[in-house]
Amino acid sequence: MFSDYSWADLGAIFAMQGFAGLTLFAVFVLMALGLAIIFGQMGVINLAHGEFMILGAYVTYLVSTFFAEYMPALFSLYFFVAMFLAFLASGALGLLVEWALIRHLYKRPLDTLLATWGLSLILQQTYRSVFGAREVGVSLPDWMMGSLPLTDLIEVPINGIFVMILAIGISTAVYVMLFRSNWGRQVRAINQNRDMASAVGINAEWTDRLTFGIGCGVAGVAGSAFTMIGSTGPTSGQLYIVDTFLIVVFGGTASILGTIASAFSISQAQSIMEFFLSGSMAKVLTLLVVVGILMLRPQGLFSMKLRK
Amino acid sequence: MQERFILKVEDLTVSFDGFKAVDGLNLYIEPNECHVIIGPNGAGKTTLLDLICGRTAASGGSVKFHDKELLSMREDQIVHAGVGRKFQTPSVYEDLTVFENLELNYPKGYSVFGALTFRCDDTIRGRITEIAETIFLEDMLDEKAAYLSHGQKQWLEIGMLLIQDPELLMLDEPVAGMSVAERKKTAELLKRIITDRSVIVIEHDMGFVVDIATRVTVLHQGQVLSEGSMEHVQNDPKVVEVYLGH
Amino acid sequence: MTFSSFMTRKEAFGFLVLAAVIFLVLPLALDAFRLNLFGKYLTYAFVAVGLALFWGMGGILSLGQGVFFGLGGYCMAMFLKLEASTPENTAIQSTPGIPDFMDWNQITALPAWWEPFNSFAFALFAVVAVPVALAFVIGLAMFTRRVGGVYFAIITQAIAAILTILIIGQQGFTGGVNGITDLRTLMGWDIRSEAAKTTLYFVNGALLFAVLMVAHYIRKSKLGRLLRAMRDQPDRVRFSGYNVASFKIFIFCVGAAFAGIGGAMFTLQVGFMSPTLVGIVPSIEMVIFCAVGGRLSIIGAVYGALLVNWAKSTLSESYPELWLFGLGALFIAVVMAFPNGLAGIWSERIEPQILRLFNRSKDDKTAPKRAPAE
Repeated sequence: MFSDYSWADLGAIFAMQGFAGLTLFAVFVLMALGLAIIFGQMGVINLAHGEFMILGAYVTYLVSTFFAEYMPALFSLYFFVAMFLAFLASGALGLLVEWALIRHLYKRPLDTLLATWGLSLILQQTYRSVFGAREVGVSLPDWMMGSLPLTDLIEVPINGIFVMILAIGISTAVYVMLFRSNWGRQVRAINQNRDMASAVGINAEWTDRLTFGIGCGVAGVAGSAFTMIGSTGPTSGQLYIVDTFLIVVFGGTASILGTIASAFSISQAQSIMEFFLSGSMAKVLTLLVVVGILMLRPQGLFSMKLRK
Repeated sequence: MQERFILKVEDLTVSFDGFKAVDGLNLYIEPNECHVIIGPNGAGKTTLLDLICGRTAASGGSVKFHDKELLSMREDQIVHAGVGRKFQTPSVYEDLTVFENLELNYPKGYSVFGALTFRCDDTIRGRITEIAETIFLEDMLDEKAAYLSHGQKQWLEIGMLLIQDPELLMLDEPVAGMSVAERKKTAELLKRIITDRSVIVIEHDMGFVVDIATRVTVLHQGQVLSEGSMEHVQNDPKVVEVYLGH
Repeated sequence: MTFSSFMTRKEAFGFLVLAAVIFLVLPLALDAFRLNLFGKYLTYAFVAVGLALFWGMGGILSLGQGVFFGLGGYCMAMFLKLEASTPENTAIQSTPGIPDFMDWNQITALPAWWEPFNSFAFALFAVVAVPVALAFVIGLAMFTRRVGGVYFAIITQAIAAILTILIIGQQGFTGGVNGITDLRTLMGWDIRSEAAKTTLYFVNGALLFAVLMVAHYIRKSKLGRLLRAMRDQPDRVRFSGYNVASFKIFIFCVGAAFAGIGGAMFTLQVGFMSPTLVGIVPSIEMVIFCAVGGRLSIIGAVYGALLVNWAKSTLSESYPELWLFGLGALFIAVVMAFPNGLAGIWSERIEPQILRLFNRSKDDKTAPKRAPAE
């Protein structure tokens, strides 16, 4: 498939598709980060995670419409407000869901899968009832449009750079919170020994709830980034949940760096192959490779050896 | 010719992320001995049993059972070779009755096809009753294992191993959490079952150790600190320092 | 083996009632169109029975059963499509004699891997063999490496996603998103007629009972007890000398074979096969059929498939919005409130009442109260 292109062309194609894949990478990282916090620290899989992301996307859509209507002068700034509100909305829903559902299921991971799938159906139908079945899109502020020409052949989209910086910023923040803050110590203590952690005065119940809420909130921010690469519909989130979970497992559940590395390789592989193959075959190949590697190395790429 | 040792553990090492839980350990088990392993928490006792029975993969060394290298065998193959293992917390099938628990461990029908066509006949039933008597559960055969007391579950698990008649039996803290009366009965049970096989026991309870041990090994930080009779070990100054002394 | 060791009186009664429902009540109460609809629901029951075996008893949750259902269905559909695509029937195509969707996609010759599906015997063999072969490969890779629980569930879900994308993407070979449609005859016998559909319903019912008997035999065998033992104490089973992986692979393959048969019967009764029955959504819905019936009960799995699908078509005809809310709530309810499903409600609530009514409480057996350990 490469034979029709010259080496210079190939280099340019790789670079272009690579930069085009940055937004996908950012969405993947933010989605996977939320999922990884929740799964890695609490052992819970949230199949409704895509719907939390879409909530963030809808919030972004609402905020952009609101700014366009009432504050057109400030439109260039709406994205920052939208991100913040998306975090709050998805986070708040996360807290509620943890309280109503997840906390009853901590010892039954497979049942959590089913319950959160049920939740995702309910959320999808709610979105459909509230926002309609038609997909909605947002318009980007002017400064995010366009691209920076690097060479004659290679252009870098500005919004791609922006969301990548965003993704890296949030990942750093999450890393700092998990491994440097008091909250992070509590989360890890509970993860290792729930009873003992409670015994030394850590409020396990609230730490869990907060962890879940923050994971969902980060998914909301992913939703904001998502509005740049696709239009938002009630079921848009469902398309991402499998990819995202594979990223988490592929990266090794204990490592944020692993999550980022695997999100990067998967999004880039998909984006670059899309140029040469049809989109669906690129996806099939990417997923097949990931599943194949996971079958050979189930513990993921980055993991520790432990006495079990 | 009778071998001197049935199990030879040589230079056995395992490390978890750089931490050596078992470090160049040598241990030899004679036929028909009751070998007790003691040592402070984290000395590597349970890890040692895990390594022998294939639950944990070793980083180096060798474990020879007769002529077979256990380190390269799968858990179920190690069991078929004649090594039985009891876990620290009683692991019985709570959903099933005492009879079914023992029946599942009857050494027949190990393959998929064998399990599909397995039939319980009078020989098997007789053997199960016999074992149930040995472990003081002959009246509880139709009881679900979930309803047994903690001590009875420990006995049941021992029974599940006995029915397979292993040549080497490894017991991880068999009397932990038992009442005084149950301890006495367990000691009696162990003395009866060790007559025609070798047993490795991990135990904290010194009174119990004195009662059953033919030989004692003290582990400390993944290595053998001292080995010999109970008397010898108790008087070893190194042991006194790290373990018995405080 | 004597009958009483194979089946207690109570179990026999349960099977008799189910047989009466499938072979008497439904055919007498429903017109041919509705009966065909229930025949379609019953094809999902094949999957649900398999799930009751390896999820309920074995604790292995597969979120990709649609893959096996679909493979079985596609194998059957390929045979029927080839039979329907005679040169006479397809004379208007630019290449007569190949399936219509191939012609639309500018394919001019039948691909080699379609060729064997000219033979009915091969198609029948493939209906079971293809799903089993895939299940064996997945099982071998995953179970021997001790991958289980959530990981296994998600990997199977990913496989469902991959297969769907592949089928849709390769429309020249698979019929794409529409699937393989316009199936007409089976060995010359028109399967679209009302009489044929009714006959197929009974064939389907008989096959389902055969599958139920196999499942029941496995459940009652030592293998059945081992499965439950493995679910709760995998290490104890392993250190009792059993190769746990081989048992898991076996039961997963059995489930795949059941699903494949169900898929083939779906194709025959409904007259098409498409990727909408393969993907993530149908696969996880199949789990809910089993969960509603009671994840441990193979008879419950059949009722669960019937009930949920009946509710789905009734509700989604009149209130499509309500159905998704209802289905979502159902997922949550079977996890939170009724972990043992219909079978649990029957054995914990209704049966004791009946026994009391008949004043036979002296030999009552207390049903296990505890939710099955995950």
